[in-house]
Amino acid sequence: MSDCLKEKVGEVLLPGDVFSLERKPEKVICGPGLRRNGDEILVCKSGIFRHKHPNMYWIDSQQKRYVPAKGESVIGIVTAKSGDVFKVDVGGSELASLSYLAFEGATKRNRPNVKVGDLVYAQFIIANKDMEPELVCMDSCGRANGMGVFGLGGLLMKVSLGLVRRLLVPQSALVKELEKVFPFEMVVGLNGRVWVKAQSTQHMLVLGNLLEGCENMTAQQRHAVFRRVADSTP
Amino acid sequence: MRQRNCDFVGTTMEVDGQSTLSLREFGCEQNLLSRPDGSSSFVQGDTSVLAGVYGPAEVKVSKEIYDRATLEVVIQPKVGLPDCIKILQTGSLVMQCQHLPQDGSKMLKMGSPIWNMDSRVKERAREQCVRETCEAALLSTLHPRSSLSLVLQVVHDDGSLLSCCLNAACMALMDTGLPMGCLFCGVTCAIDPEGHIVTDPTAQQEKNSRAVMTFAIDSAQRRVMMSSTKGSFSVNELQQCIAVSQRASEKFFQFYRDSVRRRYSKTL
Repeated sequence: MSDCLKEKVGEVLLPGDVFSLERKPEKVICGPGLRRNGDEILVCKSGIFRHKHPNMYWIDSQQKRYVPAKGESVIGIVTAKSGDVFKVDVGGSELASLSYLAFEGATKRNRPNVKVGDLVYAQFIIANKDMEPELVCMDSCGRANGMGVFGLGGLLMKVSLGLVRRLLVPQSALVKELEKVFPFEMVVGLNGRVWVKAQSTQHMLVLGNLLEGCENMTAQQRHAVFRRVADSTP
Repeated sequence: MRQRNCDFVGTTMEVDGQSTLSLREFGCEQNLLSRPDGSSSFVQGDTSVLAGVYGPAEVKVSKEIYDRATLEVVIQPKVGLPDCIKILQTGSLVMQCQHLPQDGSKMLKMGSPIWNMDSRVKERAREQCVRETCEAALLSTLHPRSSLSLVLQVVHDDGSLLSCCLNAACMALMDTGLPMGCLFCGVTCAIDPEGHIVTDPTAQQEKNSRAVMTFAIDSAQRRVMMSSTKGSFSVNELQQCIAVSQRASEKFFQFYRDSVRRRYSKTL
């Protein structure tokens, strides 16, 4: 069973492709784009088939629309305050709710200073198809751990979800190369939103264009472009 | 710097050994628009359709379905007003017609709204065909209480429009990354007065034919998901056309695979 899956690792699969489990199946974990359908595994998205040791499989696809998933960190825009929750736009099909108590050090007396229009970096604790998604700005120990409201300055942009995942890979080659162009701060949300802050507005715009451009470039093309930009920007 | 993947498959392809059973050149490009969540353009000979998909997005309460996504399909004609505006217009014009005296000269003026009405009905029928096919292929229960909208813009119509719409829709849905149980493709067959089957006919061939049929075929078992027919034909001819369409669908599915593979070739 896992043999027939392993054979296809790295290949492009299309919706409707099926892996059948003829023999007694071993334990397999199906990630995004794969569904168990009785005795077979059905591919339901187009993309590259990936595998992680020992038995995790998923489809790596390039899409633009975000679907909330539990535990993912995202950049949201606060769109409304209603009672004791904030409504946050995360790019999904409905607004996520964020309780004012879900910030580090927040109590009923000591409310966090969040205004409509602010950006927040937060994590999903509830995200499934039947319920309203819910965000928190602290980890299980009650620490902010990098989450919370963004400060002044910086530039928010939207890139594809595939690119975001490439940026978040540990030791990402893409980030390493970008670092060499010029110094900057970057926050990457899994919903396709990237916030950057650099010395000047010009640098931030250049970064935005580079990120957008490198989506469809091979490694060599990327090297060439990055080198040219590093030489030409002051 | 957007990637272009225009795969033009050779010249006309022989499906059945007979020269009439051939498809025109077809090509496709995915992810060519920046605003929609998924987009594609599909070209079959001179027929060309541009598709854009938005979703899963927020849905109006009146259109909300509690256990699955609401799919809306709009086919924008090449010329003329979008569908919703036309309804208002024809509605008012028809009202006027009722008050007109039955006078020949004034009846002539009614030609235009009636023609509008006719094309609107045709368009709605086409939209429904595409919508029902997409609903069958999509696993819409995975996104309950959300809306999916598919907009198909006719760029040029030179026959086999419905099949081109279906193919563009499938590529756009795939580009959006919506969960699908299987893929589908559309094949149009025409039967000429001598009884020969012509696949993927041009507008002229459609006009000269005795019957025109369009089938949506699924990729899993090559079964017919939708059929739309016009004209008269025998049961035997219908079955022949289905068989021919199933064979032609192989070409489309292989093309889909090549096209998507090319799209992901840079990130492999």
